[in-house]
Amino acid sequence: MGGINVEKRDVAVLGVGQTKFGYHPDKSLVDLFAEAFYEAFNESNIELKDIQAIYYGNFVGEMTDGSANLSGFISDEIGLKGIPARRYEAACASSSVAFREAYLAVAHGIYDCVAVGGSERLYNAGTAIGTRALATAVDGLHEMTAGLTFPGVFALAARLYSKKYEIPMEKLHEKMAQVSIKNHKYGAMNPKAQFYNKFGDLKVEDVLKSKVICSPLTLFDCCPMTDGGSAVIIASADFAEDVIDKPIYVLGTGQSGAGGLFRQKEDMIRAIPRKIASEMAYKEAKLTPKDIDFVEIHDCFTIAEIIASEAMGFFEYGKGADAVEEGETWVGGSIPINPDGGLIGKGHPVGATGTSQIYAVVKQLRNEFKYNQVKDAEIGMTDTLGGDFGTLVNIILGVHRRG
Amino acid sequence: MVEESESRKITYTEYFDALLEGKLLGYKCKDCNAYTCPPKAVCDNCGSQKVERVELSGKGRIKTFTTTYVAPVGYDKEVPYTVAMVELEEGPWIIGRLEIENADEIGQDLIGEEVVVEGKEFPTEMFYPDKKRRVVPIFRLVK
Ligand SMILES: [Zn+2]
Repeated sequence: MGGINVEKRDVAVLGVGQTKFGYHPDKSLVDLFAEAFYEAFNESNIELKDIQAIYYGNFVGEMTDGSANLSGFISDEIGLKGIPARRYEAACASSSVAFREAYLAVAHGIYDCVAVGGSERLYNAGTAIGTRALATAVDGLHEMTAGLTFPGVFALAARLYSKKYEIPMEKLHEKMAQVSIKNHKYGAMNPKAQFYNKFGDLKVEDVLKSKVICSPLTLFDCCPMTDGGSAVIIASADFAEDVIDKPIYVLGTGQSGAGGLFRQKEDMIRAIPRKIASEMAYKEAKLTPKDIDFVEIHDCFTIAEIIASEAMGFFEYGKGADAVEEGETWVGGSIPINPDGGLIGKGHPVGATGTSQIYAVVKQLRNEFKYNQVKDAEIGMTDTLGGDFGTLVNIILGVHRRG
Repeated sequence: MVEESESRKITYTEYFDALLEGKLLGYKCKDCNAYTCPPKAVCDNCGSQKVERVELSGKGRIKTFTTTYVAPVGYDKEVPYTVAMVELEEGPWIIGRLEIENADEIGQDLIGEEVVVEGKEFPTEMFYPDKKRRVVPIFRLVK
């Protein structure tokens, strides 16, 4: 496993930034990144020249904005002409992969301080192009030919879950609706969320009776199309402790992946890549699921959050749907999930989603997320899914250095 | 050594041509006996390169399905359509469309139903890898 077991130095987050998520018809991909970057930079107490490289996540700039090769334009835009900059594409996990690569580079001493982030414009692209752009993350030949979409992937998973765990589909859908109700409630509290002040009081019937997208999934089972940007500045822990009062430490990271859904077969509802990635992160952090105070999970669809909560070890397989219904994943429960609203309530600007999860975790751990505080939280985790389990990234952050 | 005729890779054009004739092509592994379909570079079960070309039965059972009402650009004229995953008799799972009008009315009872697969040609779209056509595996209920 080579370098992965080489002694690494501790790494910490200096600053985080996130644009308002929603509709940005007047801001380019570069503009959205720059806005998030400067929020992160302005709280990092460093000089621009301290940043040695940029790790940027973007999924479908080619299709939504006719733009690729974005990293050079981004570094130029923010005043960092000529530093090494690169774009990472891993569908919805793009900026989480970028974050992990950045973390590994700093941990192994290649750089002392780097910027990570992402931006995406799916709302502005419109539903038809947006849906096709998102569908580029399924198997291009064998899944695409059938017209499989992302709501379709998770609709397939929901029916399989219902069958496998012998929960009637109607009953399961009521439990899934609780994920939407919870995440919309929290998203409505978050001023940076796409649905700020909206849908904060959904009922089960509202979810079940909204427009069917891919049966059985309805509109309220799905996250929206979103424009937005996010950014994080990380540095070696020694560097961070010199410049800010309260660094948030990166305790563990993991990444895994898989082929098409038809290769994963029934494993799709056990999200095996997520099990592998989260176990990698727990091992590096020397922690177990019980040590995690809250988690930002990739709830692209209601059933996705349920499957994730099981694969990450918070609940047994087949029990995640009961857990949300019983309040375990609400703030105040045993493992609060998505106190910032998640993808469903906050929005999902794909390439920006991973680092916006880091933003949410860091704000919580610094006691700055006052809208929906997880009390006394010291360890938070992110979970980002790219494609139909094609890429999976988990990151654990905490207020103290690794034990 | 694997014989040349057996090791020759099944291209996607060949796979879809066969499907249009009602034949489902894949590989059988000489090391572990597992079947791989659709074809890929190695045995899907054990990673061996020692695979031989075979024609599968084309029979299987529905494992899950969804009816799509909101389609991507290029597929919008086809809605609503029902996408299904089928477990073939030989083990592999494949994705295609279920030719049935009332999948949502039947609901979960469709799971486990026997189907056979054949190919149907659709117009391609701007981003699809095959620029001449799009061959969709179509599942038909046996009973
Ligand atoms: Zn084999």
